[in-house]
Amino acid sequence: MKRTIENIEEQFETFQILNEEGKVVNEEAMPELSDEELKELMYRMVYTRILDQRSIALNRQGRLGFYAPTAGQEASQLGTQFALEKEDFILPGYRDVPQLIWHGLPLYQAFLFSRGHYHGNQFPEGVNALSPQIIIGAQYTQAAGVAIGMKKRGKKAVAITYTGDGGTSQGDFYEGINFAGAYGAPAIFVVQNNRFAISVPVEKQTAAKTLAQKAVAAGIDGIQVDGMDILAVYAATKQARERAVNGEGPTLIETLTYRYGPHTMAGDDPTRYRTEDMDSEWEKKDPIVRFRKFLEEKGLWSEEEENEVIEKAKEEIKAAIKKTDEQPKQKVTELINNMYETLPAHLEEQLEEYQAKESK
Amino acid sequence: MAQMTMIQAITDALRVELKNDENVLVFGEDVGQNGGVFRATEGLQKEFGEDRVFDTPLAESGIAGISIGLATQGFRPVPEIQFFGFVYEAMDAISGQMARLRYRSGNTMNAPITIRSPFGGGVHTPELHADSLEGLVAQQPGLKVVIPSGPYDAKGLLIQSIRDNDPVVYLEHMKLYRSFREEVPEEDYAIELGKANVVREGNDVTLVAYGAMVHSALKAAEELEKDGIDAEVIDLRTVMPVDFDTIVKSVEKTNHMVMVQEAQRQAGMASYIISNVQERAILHLEAPILTVAAPDTVYAFTQAEEVWLPNYQDIIEKVNQVINY
Repeated sequence: MKRTIENIEEQFETFQILNEEGKVVNEEAMPELSDEELKELMYRMVYTRILDQRSIALNRQGRLGFYAPTAGQEASQLGTQFALEKEDFILPGYRDVPQLIWHGLPLYQAFLFSRGHYHGNQFPEGVNALSPQIIIGAQYTQAAGVAIGMKKRGKKAVAITYTGDGGTSQGDFYEGINFAGAYGAPAIFVVQNNRFAISVPVEKQTAAKTLAQKAVAAGIDGIQVDGMDILAVYAATKQARERAVNGEGPTLIETLTYRYGPHTMAGDDPTRYRTEDMDSEWEKKDPIVRFRKFLEEKGLWSEEEENEVIEKAKEEIKAAIKKTDEQPKQKVTELINNMYETLPAHLEEQLEEYQAKESK
Repeated sequence: MAQMTMIQAITDALRVELKNDENVLVFGEDVGQNGGVFRATEGLQKEFGEDRVFDTPLAESGIAGISIGLATQGFRPVPEIQFFGFVYEAMDAISGQMARLRYRSGNTMNAPITIRSPFGGGVHTPELHADSLEGLVAQQPGLKVVIPSGPYDAKGLLIQSIRDNDPVVYLEHMKLYRSFREEVPEEDYAIELGKANVVREGNDVTLVAYGAMVHSALKAAEELEKDGIDAEVIDLRTVMPVDFDTIVKSVEKTNHMVMVQEAQRQAGMASYIISNVQERAILHLEAPILTVAAPDTVYAFTQAEEVWLPNYQDIIEKVNQVINY
């Protein structure tokens, strides 16, 4: 009797294009990207790293609220987003704010989301996305629904959703990939495997050797990608998108990555569950470092250019925070008005009560 | 006009809205080819095609979750949860997600979803089929909860629920599906949500009920009439929002009220309704508002069901207590 589990890792070998030294190890898989596009990828990663540093600092000063650090995950987040078109629909987890920003969400609104102001979730027309999901995995079934809807409308577009390694343990994870598979819907399910669900290591999360192999149970395509290699992440997503819009169904993409910072800024202490050795081992794989080497080798990047990006990012963040500060305080009466299309009588009464309170 | 059972009226309402609005989608477990386990969707897939009326994988969270996704694409989903006892599987998708979409997005998105689901006792189902869980969803701001008591209301309320631009949980009492027929117009008509119906006028006591209990309340009223007690019966039709104006108006006239529900005393709508009525009408009440409800156990095993479920005699008993207080 043949045991199917024995050679599972061979089937889900990690897809890589750029190694840790910034050398191309998989020439034939190189995506077709112009020099400008390659530089744009670097621009976005550097910018997002600065945004993360500034966000952490602003949080510590009490000028931002809920924040889930992103450093280390830039290639996974931005490489997937870069493969999308404007009409594609993003269903992010709470760490996936950078994808929303590069999909068109103004920075000041991302800051308002962090501060707990509803205007942060009032996405401008044409930013096709939901606001960041708090419940782990809930976005997976919703993404299947978006994709089924796109297919019914005959749109040439995809729904893309994100969760982490812990998210793959949720029932909604499996229900989402299974529904999308059953209807052949154009969805891309991204699992950013950063090795820890807050503190629980992925080894304690599942007996599965890879998370990509979970696609097999749903009968859909699955691939494990070096999540610190933006070219591999981009190429895998691009291919998944092409397959999806051509009616070939959904794809599950597992990106192997690492979050350098804490789970969120609300008191998580990674030294309780990670070692310094582990941190430095992953820092050697850094997505920005390796892509910088690659670009410098091609003569496409310099220290001055990087400094320009850093300065630009800092200025724009400063301006965005200023705009965030200028936003009018939200009112309970506004929240009441946002509950239903037409207010039921009991909320009308409560609205009056809060109008009186708020006019004091 | 045709004579219809409640299940036929529900099918008719679905047909009307599938015809009226090409964005309406009907789906769930066994709703396609099979026409639903109660035949609520009988013939609809044949008439409207598999793209609009379709079977889903067997997963309630998935069914509710895809409804939200479909709503973002401009659809008006009408999913079925096969029995409302299965709703626990979908609670996050309903209360954690679809109920909050409008609020969360600062009124830039909405979820015009109508979740249909059978519930209610007295039909000897296995566990977790008959539970009255309306209180569970009524406690979630952002949802509306509708419970028809007969064929005419079922059609008009379902049509209005589907047209509503916010999520509605529409609960169908299984015992009412085929228990009686009523005149139901074949054309489309809508009954406003949040408006109760005074189904029997009276001067001595107000019986507030919904779903199958409306019929127990009416039967109690008939019996009470023989003893010279003139009961008014209010069918809430929508249990969230509650039409307090109609209840208070009635209590101001009768000065007595008995709240009737099939759910356990700690569940359902009774506590919420009574607390609101006493705030609005305490000086009109000559006695405490009493509650007829099931005992606070898990839903009864089938063999004890008949005793466990509240009935018209329980209502008569409470009315007498209130009147003779």
